[in-house]
This record gives sequence, structure tokens and C-alpha cells, in this order.
Amino acid sequence: MTVELLLQTIVNATYAASYMALIAVGLVLIFGVMGVINFAHGELYMAGAYVIVALYAGSGVPFFLAVFAGLIFVGLLGLLMEYGLFRPLRENPLGGLIASIGFLLILQTVAVLGFGIRMRHVPPATQDTIVFMDGVVLTYQRLYVIVATVILLTALWLFLRKSKFGWALRACAQDREAAALQGISINQTARLAMFIGAALAGVAGALTAPLVAPTPFMGHAVIITAFIIIIVGGIGSLGGAVLAAILYAFVYTFVTTIYDGTLANIVGLLLMLIVLIVKPTGLFGAKERA
Amino acid sequence: MPERAASPKLYWAIGAVPLAAGLIVLPHLLSFSQQEILVLLTINVLLVCSYRLLTLTGEWSLAHAVIMGIGAYSSALAAKQLGLPVPLSMLVGAGAAGFIAFLLSFPLLRMKGFYFLIGSFAAGEIIRLIWKWSELTWLFGGPKGIKLIPPFPDIEVFSIDFYDPANYYYLCLIVVTISLVILYRIEHSRIGLTFHAIHWQDKLAQSVGVNTFRYRMLAFVVSAFFAGLAGALYAHYVGTVNPNRFGVEEMVYILIWAIVGGTATFYGPILGVVVLTVLNEVVLRALNIDQMRPMLYGAILIVSILFLPQGLESVVPKIKGWLAQRRQKRAIAKPPSEAEQPAK
Repeated sequence: MTVELLLQTIVNATYAASYMALIAVGLVLIFGVMGVINFAHGELYMAGAYVIVALYAGSGVPFFLAVFAGLIFVGLLGLLMEYGLFRPLRENPLGGLIASIGFLLILQTVAVLGFGIRMRHVPPATQDTIVFMDGVVLTYQRLYVIVATVILLTALWLFLRKSKFGWALRACAQDREAAALQGISINQTARLAMFIGAALAGVAGALTAPLVAPTPFMGHAVIITAFIIIIVGGIGSLGGAVLAAILYAFVYTFVTTIYDGTLANIVGLLLMLIVLIVKPTGLFGAKERA
Repeated sequence: MPERAASPKLYWAIGAVPLAAGLIVLPHLLSFSQQEILVLLTINVLLVCSYRLLTLTGEWSLAHAVIMGIGAYSSALAAKQLGLPVPLSMLVGAGAAGFIAFLLSFPLLRMKGFYFLIGSFAAGEIIRLIWKWSELTWLFGGPKGIKLIPPFPDIEVFSIDFYDPANYYYLCLIVVTISLVILYRIEHSRIGLTFHAIHWQDKLAQSVGVNTFRYRMLAFVVSAFFAGLAGALYAHYVGTVNPNRFGVEEMVYILIWAIVGGTATFYGPILGVVVLTVLNEVVLRALNIDQMRPMLYGAILIVSILFLPQGLESVVPKIKGWLAQRRQKRAIAKPPSEAEQPAK
């Protein structure tokens, strides 16, 4: 492995870590507050990508405006899930998970009916690239993803630590009933968590749409990746999810570059199985929930 | 007491005769393509019933479709590469599925609930990736899978040709019936009661000396064996297997059948798979909206988990109760002298 290839792989891994972190953090947030594993999270990501297909590639809306529309749209989908599925099934977490599988099928079919079953190519928002070391390339499109991730996750961190809503959210994640006794509205917190969690997946989908060529079934690989990350990071730990996203992205990208993609998938899943067996609370998660 | 013990058996016998007659006559009432669907439906009945055995212990696996695939792949390979006779290779397939489940149970059964769910999902995905892996294409055929699987041999003495779906249906019917009887016997034996005990009171079961790990493993392995058998029946009927056939989508269908039918009774999942398949074939085919199939299944799943969380099987006692009530009312209404007496 040459130095250039090494650096290029590091750049690629950083990009992969960014969007994986966005997705996994959303999933963890939803699990922490609602107690439900959202199986449709990959399809929320897909929905974000298709907003770009429809608005940016289809109607010529400026890219960042379309990304913002994706954020709002997918956030609203999250609200719909909270209101229609997770709230009636609050006492039945397995039921919530199964209902989210049903929702996943509906979203997939809507995408197939609306946009066709084939891959859609989205032109990149910009062709500009940064080249350093005479051969290590970072496209602006990827840079957007990295920068957006840093901004959004910092904002989320500040929101959770500094704002009143953030405190309420964390209180709910620790102990829902105790939080309710303190006068925190469970419904409002659940709405907030679902909106933020879904919107993060939507932004990830919107920003990466020009890089991955959306298909209605792209969510499948994404949800597997997200599961690996939240298990390795410790279910319910936001910081753990970010660290695990970085760890997994580097392992995955390096194995893909050196060997092949299938082996990288197998290694990732084995990593998750080993963590599940040896330390089910995750590498970075101290408690069940955070 | 002996009369009481005999009466349900009598009911069974009275009910079983027309049921058996109906199942035997059924393929002759259907068109060719409907017969093909009937074969798959019969295989799916075994699949979902084997799944239910595992849910008795309280675990919901997401690897069941893949385990069915192990049966299909192993049986196909045993028949094609090793040249085993197909009936024997089917047993090899089922055995292989049981054996892989035995190996998987060591890591997976250390977990419970969500962790087991996700762990089994990961294990299943690993197996599917191994099937797809380019390094092993010589064995598993990569993403395209295995083609030209030897069919079930014809019985020339009686000139029974198993290319005919009606004949293959009878074969499936025999295999599935035997399997269901075994599954039913297991559930109603001491072992089955132990499964229930592990589901509802695992600590208590442990404290009275039940080795819960072993019993959960037993449930996992037996359920995998019959899922593998279903897979083998499938492989030698369709003649081709590929990794995507046993993917998440298939697993979702198994879940939907089990949940829509309900898993508290033996007949619940059967009810689910039969009702949904008939609905699918009759309604969707009539409307010609095959593309909407996943959406309708998703909607059915959501509606049933929201409004019928106990599944279709919970409707049966309700109808029974309603009928009994009507009969009672009529009995009270008929003799006017008794109507004035307070209801018992």
C-alpha cells in the first residue's frame, strides 16, 4: 500500500464515517427515548435521497435548499411514525419494531411506484475537488457530508446538553416515568426525538444522493450498517455511536480497499456478533441507555 | 371422565375426514398456476409452523428465512454435486440446517430479546454474504445461485410425474402433515411445556432444574430442521436457489404470516399464511397490482399489530363465544316459561 493510497483510503473512511454517524446517531436517539428499534431507519435515509432526486435532479431546486427540504420532509415522516405507530404501541416495543417493518415496506413501495425500480443518477452539486499530495482527491460533494455531519452533531450535542428540551430528552431516555413525574411531556419529547432522529437520516440521504445513485432498496444495506454501529457502540449511547461509526467506517473502507466489499461486510457483521457475545453493552456504552 | 377425553378426539376425527378429503380434492379444482401457488403455500405452512416452535420459547429470530435457505442450498448441492438421491438429499438439507442452527445457538442463545433479534439478523446476513461471495462462486454460484437442481425422481411404477404440481403438492402434503404432527406432538409433550415455562418464567424454570440453554437450543435446532426441510422441498420444486430468495423480504413475510395469524395457538400461523396467500392471489391478481404487494403487506402488518395484536386466531374464540351466546339466547327465548327465569 502506497502512502497516497493510504491517505486516500483515510479520506474515504472519514467520509463514510460521517454519514454513518448521522444515521446511527438518529437511530440511537430514537431507541433511547422511545425504546423502539426503528427498522425503517434505512428507508428514511432512502426517502431523503429521493427528495433530492425529485427536487434537485428533477425540478432544478438549488442543492442546499433541496437538502433542507429533505430534512423537513423526512423529519415529518418521523413525526408520522411517532403519531401513527409508536405512540399507540408504547407499551409494546416489539410491536413498535414490527410496525416499523410494515412502514419500511410501504415507503419502499411508494419509492418504486413514484420513481421506478431502477437506479437514479443524480448529478453532483459541484465538480470541484481538493487535491493534495498530488493524487489524494477529496470531492466537494464528500466534503459537504463531512462538514454537515460535524455541524449537525455539534448542534445536537449542544442542544442535548444546554437546552431545556435537550435535558427533557435525556431525562426521558434515562427513565420515562420519573421524567413524566417531573412534568416533562412524554409525547412532546417523543415527537422531538423522532423528528430529530428521522431528519438526521434524511439529511444523510439527501447529501449522499449524488454519490450513491439512489434505488428504492438502498435502505437495506444502510440499516445493517446502522445496526452494526449501534451494537458495537452500545445501544443507546450517542457518543458510542459516533466512535463506533468511525471505527466501523475505517475497518470497512480498509478491508474493501485491500480485499473486497463482501469480505468487508462479513468482517463488519462478525465484529458485531463478537461484541454482542463478549460485551453486549457495546464497546463504548457503559449502561443500557444514555 | 373417559367420555370427556374421547369427545375432543371424536371431534378431531369428524373434522379431519372432510379436511383431508378437501385437501386431496383441492388441486383438481384449481388451474395450473394456482396449483403451483398451492405447492408453495404448503411449503410455507411448514415454514411458519417451524418458526412458531421457536417463538414458544419467547425468541423472535430474524434468521429463519436464511435457515430455510441452508436447507435448500444443502439439499441442492447434495443432489447435484454429490449425486445423492433427492429424497435422501432433502433429509441432508434439513439436517444441515439443524446442524448450522446447533452451531449458531452457542453465540446467539447467549442473548435475548432485541439482542437475539439483531444477533440472528447478523448471523443470517453473514450466511447470505457467504453465498454471494465471489471466492466461493464455484460452490454456491454467487449472487445467481444454483441452477438446474435435480427434480424429485418420478415413481415409474405408478407413473407419477413430479413435474406436475398436483403430484408435487401431494408429496408436500404428506411431508408437511407428518412434520406438523411431529411439531404438534413436541409442543404438547413435556418438552413443549418446558418451552412455555422458559418463555414466561425462565428464572423459575431454571430454579427447578431446567437447563434453559439446552431447551432453547433444542427449540432452535428442531425449528431449523423443519425450516430446512421446507427449503429442500422448495429447491427441488423450483429447480433454482439464490441468496436473494432467502433475504429480508422473505423473512418479513414469515413474520407477517406469524403475526397476522397469531402465535398463541398451533393453528394461528397456518391461518395467517393461508388467509394472506389467498388474499394475495385472489385480490392482488384480480386488481393486477403486483407492484403494490409489499405495501399491502406492510399495511396489513401495521393494521394487525395495532388493532388485532393477538392475531387472526383471537377472532376464532370470539366467534365461538358469539355463536354460543346466540344459541343461549335462542334457547332462553324459545320456551316462554323459562324466559322469565333469571339467566344462568
